[in-house]
Amino acid sequence: MFEILRKSLGTGVVTTSYPATPPEVSIRARGRPEIDWANWKDARPAATICPTGAIDFKDTAVARTASLDLARCIFCGLCADVDKAIRMTNVCECAARSRNDLMTSASYSLRPDGTHDRLVSPPTTEKTQHGQLSASQRESLEVIGEQIKLRADKIFGRSLHIREVDAGSCNGCEVEIVGLNSPVYDIERFGIHFVASPRHADMLLVTGPVTRNLELALRKTHNAMPDPRLVVAVGACGCSGGIFGQNYATVGAVDAVLPVDVYIPGCPPNPHALLHGILLAMGRVSQPSTSGQVT
Amino acid sequence: MNVLSSLQPILNEVKQRFGERLNAVVSPRANEVYVHAKMDLVAGFCAHLYRKWKARLVSLFADDARPSDGVFHLYYVFALDAAHSFITLRVPVSPEQPEFTSLTNALPSVNWQEREIQDLFGLKLIGHPNPRRCALHDDWPEVYPLRKNFELRTKLPPFEGERHHFRTVEGEGVFQVPVGPVHAGIIEPGHFRFSVAGEPVLYLQIRLFYTHKATEKLFENLPVQHCVRLAESISGDSGFAHATAFCHAVERLAGVEVPPRARVLRSICLELERLYNHIADIGAICTDVAFVTAHMHAMRLKERVLRVNETLTGNRLLRGMACLGGVRFDWDHDQLKTLAQLVAELKPEFESLVKLIEGSSSTLDRLEHAGVLKPEVARDLGVVGIAGRASGFDHDLRRDFPHAAYDQVKVHVPVYQVGDVEHRMQVRIDEVRESLSLIEQFTARLPNGPLSVELGELPADSVALGYVEGWRGEIFHWIRTAPGNRLARCKVKDPSLQNWPAMSEAILGNIIPDFPVVNKSFNLSYSGTDR
Ligand code: SF4
Repeated sequence: MFEILRKSLGTGVVTTSYPATPPEVSIRARGRPEIDWANWKDARPAATICPTGAIDFKDTAVARTASLDLARCIFCGLCADVDKAIRMTNVCECAARSRNDLMTSASYSLRPDGTHDRLVSPPTTEKTQHGQLSASQRESLEVIGEQIKLRADKIFGRSLHIREVDAGSCNGCEVEIVGLNSPVYDIERFGIHFVASPRHADMLLVTGPVTRNLELALRKTHNAMPDPRLVVAVGACGCSGGIFGQNYATVGAVDAVLPVDVYIPGCPPNPHALLHGILLAMGRVSQPSTSGQVT
Repeated sequence: MNVLSSLQPILNEVKQRFGERLNAVVSPRANEVYVHAKMDLVAGFCAHLYRKWKARLVSLFADDARPSDGVFHLYYVFALDAAHSFITLRVPVSPEQPEFTSLTNALPSVNWQEREIQDLFGLKLIGHPNPRRCALHDDWPEVYPLRKNFELRTKLPPFEGERHHFRTVEGEGVFQVPVGPVHAGIIEPGHFRFSVAGEPVLYLQIRLFYTHKATEKLFENLPVQHCVRLAESISGDSGFAHATAFCHAVERLAGVEVPPRARVLRSICLELERLYNHIADIGAICTDVAFVTAHMHAMRLKERVLRVNETLTGNRLLRGMACLGGVRFDWDHDQLKTLAQLVAELKPEFESLVKLIEGSSSTLDRLEHAGVLKPEVARDLGVVGIAGRASGFDHDLRRDFPHAAYDQVKVHVPVYQVGDVEHRMQVRIDEVRESLSLIEQFTARLPNGPLSVELGELPADSVALGYVEGWRGEIFHWIRTAPGNRLARCKVKDPSLQNWPAMSEAILGNIIPDFPVVNKSFNLSYSGTDR
């Protein structure tokens, strides 16, 4: 007992102050890829090398629409290796409330040799900004974080409970989700707990391209939860089906089975990215609910 | 091609003994020999290799070669540890009579592997004690997804509910406890059905393949360089090992040698993967017997390793690092310093964690004699990796089939005979120490030079076996190429597939409350099993 105390005191506090401070990720971390849309000359090399089809293009005789779908991206960085217009950033806070927010596309005029030049319509604006979160965004995230306890008290009765369901993942996402309970990320400081029973849960955190063999279990788990309930899709597979897509054994993205409130891209998303997405979903609770059940 | 001198006498003896009945003996690589024969030779050949040469059947799978050869092929891969070689028996199965003889009665370790072939290829098992479906669940229509005429993107009719009947266990006071597929914690899905009388477990049925996601079929549909990324997603916590095993297979097929620097970097990454998983498991075992403090310290150390992984490879789980012909990223002076710091810091921190655990008698009390897997049972089931070594199986591919840069170091393999939870944890503790020392040795002799070699166009219709000792145990990837840098087949063998049935044995006589810790002490991959 004395030994345990001595060790704990000797270790001190190791908990990150995220989200008040930026994510503690290496400058070398591969987060979201960034495309220099205005100067992009050819989408083909990147689209060919991209293993998940996150970078894609559609051609008509004279025009090309090129797109980047963050929900599919596994942050491998292969596109940046072959294309100077693409740069990997270390930004990991990519979660979004809608699948469309993760999709960026732009149209170009197409040249006969297959390259493109003039930007016809600029990239659609995204909700999340390129680069690091701005100070004001971070502040608002911090405010959300601080408000969580209050809000959770009001709506869920003192705390938010999460039920995690692996609907077919490779377990990479689980490695990181488990990390949320570590003393470093300590998700319980927000009054958020992982629970065993869906009946105790307010949020369903789902990983994996939903497999045929788990679709029913996922639906049953969701049905067992009380309203109001949130669904968060985790990782490239959960957001889009990832490298597996849809096939004879997988249904694909989580939103093919359940209504999804927040998407957290990444392969796997690191604990900061997960925390960011969960906080974003929490913020949603105050929005008017379509089912009218949130009061 | 000449074969290894250690393999030659074995081959000579086998040729002499089976003579005419061997249709061909092909050796594409010095330690990888293929023997072609008819189905009626399988049982005898297998028994002979086992008895006379102490071979192990490490993988059994099928391949639909009807488009080229007009038949299905079955492959029985044997490892000859002492001779550092593999002998693979290939037998044809005609499409007119799609059936094969089961070896399960003699060799329990092939039980699921045989049934998986039956499910995915539609080759009927003859003489199997329990030929029920396993890979495809009961409500699936009659489809054989790994046949060539089955399309990957086929849309099957929706799931129509549970039809699986578990075996009944009868007797006064006996009842069943169903658990899963969604478990209480943050872990992967599977179903366990305990039959208990009072508290002790009489019988445990395990139903898996919930996360079957068409991985092997997908390999046939992707360009080969994309397959590396797919291999990373076979089992996320072994992403680097699986990707490297895949690359190893392709490199062997192409006949190229990975440059020295890349081989060392690969080895370091494999050890980093071992480190973070072993440390996490040691903590998780503690938490399952309510020693949460140790768990918290372990998670803190695991986080340290993951952050260094990120500094070294751009990804906390080492994703994106592996590539065909070598590795993708080099490490500069600063990165190597970060790695050295990690090792220096982890050494005392880990020892203090071990001391904390060893000082907790209530923890040790729960671990001792829990979930015993006896050496003879482990041998029959062919249990590998951590669980194998805790139950007397002295084997490690890093030492016996040196890959990457393991030929440059001496790998100490911890082996115990007790086979309980405590010793599975002890194997991990010993291996963490060994990994730290190996990383030091590797960084001390890091050669300069290129990071990868070009592979060029792969020859069509060639085969190769790639292997890596992952942290969980031995991983095999067997490939056959199609024209145009594509794969006709990629067979993935995660050590979990072999080890799951051992859980059913280890839990017998234990009480259900001990199941979580017994399960954790094996920590098998569901995704790696189900693919
Ligand atoms: S980083 Fe994303 S977009 Fe780029 S190649 Fe990888 S998956 Fe595709």
